[in-house]
Amino acid sequence: MLDKARRFRTEDLSPVDELERLLERCRASDLNAYITLNGDEALDAAEQALQRLDEGDDDPLVGLAIAVKDNICTKGLRTTCASRMLADYVPPYDAHVIRLLRRKNAVIIGKTNMDEFAMGSTTVTSAFGPARNPWDPMRTPGGSSGGSAAAVAAGLCDAALGSDTGGSIRQPASFCGITGLKPTYGSVSRYGLVAFASSLDQIGPMARSARDVAVLFDAIRGHDPRDSTSAEAGCPPIPLEGMDLRGITIGVCRSFFSEGLDRDVERSVRHGLAVFEDLGAKVVDMDLPHLRYSVAAYYLIAPAEASSNLARYDGVRYGLRLCDERDLMEMYLATRSAGFGDEVKRRIMLGTYALSAGYYEAYYHKASQVRTLIAKDLREAFSRCDLLAGPTVPVTAFGLGEMVDDPLSLYLLDIYTIPANLAGIPALSMPCGFDGRGLPIGLQLMAPGHREDVLLGAAMTFQDHTRYHEVRP
Amino acid sequence: MRGIEAVIGLEVHAQLKTKTKMFCGCPNSFGQELNTFTCPVCLGLPGALPVLNAKAVELAVRLGLALNCRVHERSLFARKNYFYPDLPKGYQITQYDSPLCTGGYLDVEAGGETRRIGIRRIHLEEDAGRSLHDEACKRTRIDFNRSGVPLVEIVTEPDISSPEEASAFLKELRSILLHLRVSEGTMEEGTFRCDANVSVRMPGDSTLGVRTELKNMNSFKNVRRALAYEISRQASLLASSRPVVQETLLWSASARRTVPMRSKEESHDYRYFPEPDLPPLLVDRMLIDRVRASMPELPSERRRRFMRQYGLSDYDASQVIATPELADYFEECCSLVDAPTDIAHWITTELVRVMGESGDTPLTTRVRPSMLTALVSLVKAGRLSGLMAKEVLGRMSKTGEDPAAAMEDLGVEQMGDEDEIRAAVRGVIDAHPDEARRYREGKTQLAGFFVGEVMKVTSGRADPKLAIRIVREILDS
Repeated sequence: MLDKARRFRTEDLSPVDELERLLERCRASDLNAYITLNGDEALDAAEQALQRLDEGDDDPLVGLAIAVKDNICTKGLRTTCASRMLADYVPPYDAHVIRLLRRKNAVIIGKTNMDEFAMGSTTVTSAFGPARNPWDPMRTPGGSSGGSAAAVAAGLCDAALGSDTGGSIRQPASFCGITGLKPTYGSVSRYGLVAFASSLDQIGPMARSARDVAVLFDAIRGHDPRDSTSAEAGCPPIPLEGMDLRGITIGVCRSFFSEGLDRDVERSVRHGLAVFEDLGAKVVDMDLPHLRYSVAAYYLIAPAEASSNLARYDGVRYGLRLCDERDLMEMYLATRSAGFGDEVKRRIMLGTYALSAGYYEAYYHKASQVRTLIAKDLREAFSRCDLLAGPTVPVTAFGLGEMVDDPLSLYLLDIYTIPANLAGIPALSMPCGFDGRGLPIGLQLMAPGHREDVLLGAAMTFQDHTRYHEVRP
Repeated sequence: MRGIEAVIGLEVHAQLKTKTKMFCGCPNSFGQELNTFTCPVCLGLPGALPVLNAKAVELAVRLGLALNCRVHERSLFARKNYFYPDLPKGYQITQYDSPLCTGGYLDVEAGGETRRIGIRRIHLEEDAGRSLHDEACKRTRIDFNRSGVPLVEIVTEPDISSPEEASAFLKELRSILLHLRVSEGTMEEGTFRCDANVSVRMPGDSTLGVRTELKNMNSFKNVRRALAYEISRQASLLASSRPVVQETLLWSASARRTVPMRSKEESHDYRYFPEPDLPPLLVDRMLIDRVRASMPELPSERRRRFMRQYGLSDYDASQVIATPELADYFEECCSLVDAPTDIAHWITTELVRVMGESGDTPLTTRVRPSMLTALVSLVKAGRLSGLMAKEVLGRMSKTGEDPAAAMEDLGVEQMGDEDEIRAAVRGVIDAHPDEARRYREGKTQLAGFFVGEVMKVTSGRADPKLAIRIVREILDS
């Protein structure tokens, strides 16, 4: 991405030609990475970017084609959340991050496929059919930001935005061999991100390299008065030259290398840790006793918030509406039964149950207490180390048809990614090797809140000394 | 049912008088075209997020302090989840187990004694839209202009023991809302709404009976009627040893009875949980102190001051402080002319009448305080009769003229010439020989009758004081 930004200036590369070439590739692709391509409007934006380049605008994002997950509102461009409910919904306003990108003359190339309302880790729950993994089209790209990950990996855009509630940026980044950042909660405005679980959701960048991710992150972060959970101060400036890892301590959670971890994944991640050691970092083992309750706590808190957040899709004001000639209850039932897919319904029911009178204390409230303990574990860990490292996902990309009927096993695959969401801390996934089938493996790094500078700096240095992120499908 | 004790608690919702809505920048305004003051936030569009209106918090703090509450430096917003077409997000943002204000009280006077009613809590929340049902074509339109309008909910302790007390509490509360400029407080327009919890018990019982919840009482009169009806209904159940069922009842003003709400509508589990889109509400000490320091005079204080400073009767003082604008108007008049009782009288009767006719308020009426005091002075100086002054005031209200110009236009000028009045008096006495005889036989109260007749024949232009002197002079001689 940054290479292209340079070539826009030093060579005769035009953002308009580049966009046309990319759109061509997108149309020819059968990865189903996009739900909607942004044709004419994107070309207008590219023309404008060309003009900006001629005027000497030195912002790295000018003219670059950014793919946007289809749960981020784009004015005038349909935003479906991969749901039948919003299949024809066109937002009247831009999300804060989209405004920022447009202001920088980046080009929104299209809206990417995802799990319905970001609930899932395969994109199989998309009402528009699953996206496919560029490394093996019969496998899932992961999810829920699977379309964004596939688009980046397959070169169908220069970089992408995803959203991460329990791993939805990092897990597909891992499965597709790219770098993806889940920023600190509150560092990127959620205004215009269609809510799944408000206290966990965060928009983040996905790209080929940590350096590209850092540049895109810099463009979208910052305080937004329209998001009351937006942080006033973010992380310190991010060093694009990487950082000296000597003197840095990397903690490794012992329990992350236990039962259920694929051998190839374990081998590659341990190799990645060795690379960090070679670069001068100290790697220490740690115990974080409450992390094993992460999945249980998450699958109460996230569905509870989702059950409330998705109540607005009632057929009254926008989106799908069925049976409106009969009575109100019938309209609600028909609309919501037809509009939502199975996974969304499952989570609405789980969440409704967890918040119900008589169960609130045992479920939602208890889960919130566990969340506090997990955050405390992580805080204490960071008093003894600068970063935490481990695998992003216990496995590599699996077949599109696998695990479709086994939600529990799918939920358990989120075990490594969920703690960062519960604690609100930043985490990224970057490629650290391949399994026996040649499928990419991701290494996850976590940092204390608002220390994306350390997180991305370490990742850049790692990538300056490895080639995994450069291998293409 | 003598001897049965009623236990009443009230839940009052009042719309806050802010410029913008609770969680977005849309105008908080009434009576506009449908769905004109809306945006992604108050329409509940996907991705929109709430941002708290600081002014709403300040107004709620002001009310909390006026009601002697503890204002909490940290409180929480929560979501109340239920489906209804005019609730755009499918949940209402409110406060639940951690409200802004708790533990206050309000003293009210009812039945000649002062009663202290406990205030359990005051919390902030947002209003829903309005459903406009069109029975004829079986359609419902929804207006979201009201969606997201800031509200306070005020919950009392079950300290109220009669419909009259409830009514007195509501009137006092409304007056406080008006004087603090926190709310418009009009029940009929729904900016001030009240629900009640009612139970009955035998005197001396320390446990509370089974309560019912009363809704849909949209005027002070309906509150009194509905409570009286419900108390007697429960009392007769108690008397015949039948149980009171815990349920929600709607007051039907036309049928003058309460009717149970359909069970489907009331069997809500609201699934409250902390609102993740809003951080805890922090109100620092400095804000509380600032609000306390700038607290306007409360209506009860102002009433007592008007009695003390201007010598008004309790009744007149209460009338003058009906709204803060009227009270301000009164005080401005009093600063111009030293005749508080006359001014109070003119304001609470005639000015209120002409404002009612033109649909004005003390702030908008064309009769400015200086003009009213000029009129009152003319009356006091005997240059205008009361009757003529009323006519002049009507003219002033329509044209905005000062009293002199209005009098000229109307051709009214007090008949100051004694001979002219004397002639009129003679004419009246000649026309009523019977009354004249009875007066002379000792029925001197008839002087008033003759003055009235003189006013009639002179179209009210005669100075009544002069007329009565001349009537007595002639008849007594």
